[in-house]
Amino acid sequence: MKKQLSMVLAALMAASLVACGGASGEKKATEAESKANAESSGAEKSGLTWKIGGQGPLTGGAAVYGNAVVNGAEIAIDEINANGGINGYQIEYKKADDEHDQEKAINAYNSLKDWGMQFLVGPTTSAPAIAVGTEAEGDNMFLLSPSGSAVEVTAPKNVFRVCFSDPAQGTKSAEYIGSHNLGKKIGIIYDSSDVYSSGIHDSFVAEAPKQGLEVVADEQFTADSNKDFSTQLQKMKDSGAELVFLPFYYSEAALVLTQANTMGFKPTFFGCDGMDGILNVENFDVSLAEGLMLLTPFAADAKDDLTVNFVKNYKEKYKETPIQFAADAYDAVYAIKAAVEKAGLTPDQSVSDLGTAMEKAMTEISLDGLTGTGMKWNEAGDVDKEPKAVIIKDGAYVSAE
Amino acid sequence: MKNVQKNKIKDIFLNYGVILILYFVVQLFLKSGSVSSLMKGLLVPLCIYSILAISLNLVVGISGELSLGHAGFMCVGAFFSASCSMLLKGSSLPPMLIFFIALCIGAISAGFFGFLIGIPVLRLKGDYLAIVTLAFGEIIKNIINALYFGVDKNGWHFSLKDGTAVALGEGGKWIIKGAQGITGTPKYSNFTVGIILLLLSMLFIQHFIHSRTGRAVMAIRDNRIAAESIALPASKLKLLCFTISAAIAGIAGVLYAHNLSSLQALPKNFGYNQSIMILVFVVLGGIGNMRGSILAAVVLTLLPELLRSLNDYRMLIYAVVLIVMMLFTSAPGFIAFRENILHRLFRKEVNA
Repeated sequence: MKKQLSMVLAALMAASLVACGGASGEKKATEAESKANAESSGAEKSGLTWKIGGQGPLTGGAAVYGNAVVNGAEIAIDEINANGGINGYQIEYKKADDEHDQEKAINAYNSLKDWGMQFLVGPTTSAPAIAVGTEAEGDNMFLLSPSGSAVEVTAPKNVFRVCFSDPAQGTKSAEYIGSHNLGKKIGIIYDSSDVYSSGIHDSFVAEAPKQGLEVVADEQFTADSNKDFSTQLQKMKDSGAELVFLPFYYSEAALVLTQANTMGFKPTFFGCDGMDGILNVENFDVSLAEGLMLLTPFAADAKDDLTVNFVKNYKEKYKETPIQFAADAYDAVYAIKAAVEKAGLTPDQSVSDLGTAMEKAMTEISLDGLTGTGMKWNEAGDVDKEPKAVIIKDGAYVSAE
Repeated sequence: MKNVQKNKIKDIFLNYGVILILYFVVQLFLKSGSVSSLMKGLLVPLCIYSILAISLNLVVGISGELSLGHAGFMCVGAFFSASCSMLLKGSSLPPMLIFFIALCIGAISAGFFGFLIGIPVLRLKGDYLAIVTLAFGEIIKNIINALYFGVDKNGWHFSLKDGTAVALGEGGKWIIKGAQGITGTPKYSNFTVGIILLLLSMLFIQHFIHSRTGRAVMAIRDNRIAAESIALPASKLKLLCFTISAAIAGIAGVLYAHNLSSLQALPKNFGYNQSIMILVFVVLGGIGNMRGSILAAVVLTLLPELLRSLNDYRMLIYAVVLIVMMLFTSAPGFIAFRENILHRLFRKEVNA
């Protein structure tokens, strides 16, 4: 009995495999056909569009980043479409969830590829970005990660990024703390099981002595023990740290701030761009974040036209204040636009040709965006721009200057 | 008696047959180019989870013990083999040979850890194995997250503190860089390799089950006292079974490590949840039923991806499907209903 049942089920599965395979095959065929038509007639040029994909964790622990990235990119794309698109072609946008997991990230990338994606604004987080970058190198698909900050992310030649790399963030943080005299005795808590956190930690510790900073306490936690920080905080308190550096993501940082408050420990807290998003944490008493500083290239209260406009549109559409990740993604889309225009590309070119042209064009553009003016990219795919710090005042991000 | 044996043999070959037929069907579609990239990307993970499911089924179904740390053995296999292929990457050896060596190392290392754990634990009766393997899975993940392993002219350097403690000389390279794990593992896994390994694991497990030793293990599972009374060495046989299972989980780890270019020990891929997921495959597929385990692994891996278009609702539907499947395979009412339907459908055959 069981045998027959499983045979039936196996057959069903095979059928489902075939079915999904078949469906996408047909789609591809029709796409190819429509492309061919467009090319032959030329008059149907308007039928062609750019297909830009967005990818990040839309569910799970890092969802704030992923959603910010896809929203930010969407705002930029809506603006560009309203102004006539890139080189006269409109943009289509599709987002995919990677759950901040390498395996899922590959699946998300592949599903976007099936859709016909030409450029990817993503992945949002480092580990998926490394995995997808290598996978995409084979296709020579152009990837512009808004916020994949690990050094290895830009190792494949087709991957560029908008944010700083982790070591750069650690070094810049130490420089900023040193030059602004925020404290001499530094305590650090970091997540040793996380690439982002340990990357920043290592470069910060290396840079601190050069800035006249003394690291008096250096404590770690892991992804399995990220709920109770009382031991680490007690050590910070005992060592007399004036400033506690928290180079990790906002969800743990919210717990650290809450627990420090119950202990009556009130140093200056300083974070990196992963801290951005702390004001959106559910059930978190925002008043605890008062005075928290973070190193991020974007502050929603900046007075330049570009930022004011972006924040207004974002608030209208998504009912919340944009964070740095949204700004990174917004800039990423405009960087793609600038590079495409520079190279004079059209959507009927193959993904691989577009990739090659983009890799060259990216190093030639200079972009004035939300996260910096005169942003330039080098051949390795890293960006050159000035860091800014932001402080939380009255429950909002304010420029620290 | 003869009839029973004939049925058994038919059963065994049916398992290989189903896998091979599926393989050729998929190959056919790959050749004709009508398989989506998403599906192509999922083929190797499907093999990985199938192998894991049958390896755990050997412990849970055949020896009657519970292991909650199979992701840990997978992790060991993955990291040992990936380190090995990283070390051999620059050499002049052909890729397939490197992969073969890595495969052996992955399987042996995972088997060795299984053996070490089994020695004290399998002497005990009760659920101790579950507790110890659960701890093992967590420990191994944390050790790897803290481990820095680099290589340069002067040899190998290890540190469990942080990266700065290892001063790599000129031309040195990192193999395991703490939480960042291994970056740049060569991609040796593909669908064919995955299917071959799945078939080999299946072959090995099925022959083990139907061998004298396998029958002895099952006898111990069913009644330890009776088995010991006819001088079967209970602890030894269980240890053998557990070690084989761990080694096969290690093989799945090798496939995993050589499928993605970066390998990190995250709670998501090698943590407790993954171990439970493998157990879910086994329980849903039917304890002791190899074909069922593979089926469950395939369905439960495909499902979230096929539901991708439903965005936020997909995990909800996934949970509902999980519950329905569980009822379908285990609830007495459903079993009766199922048998009834099947009986009607295949009545002719039964009569004949």
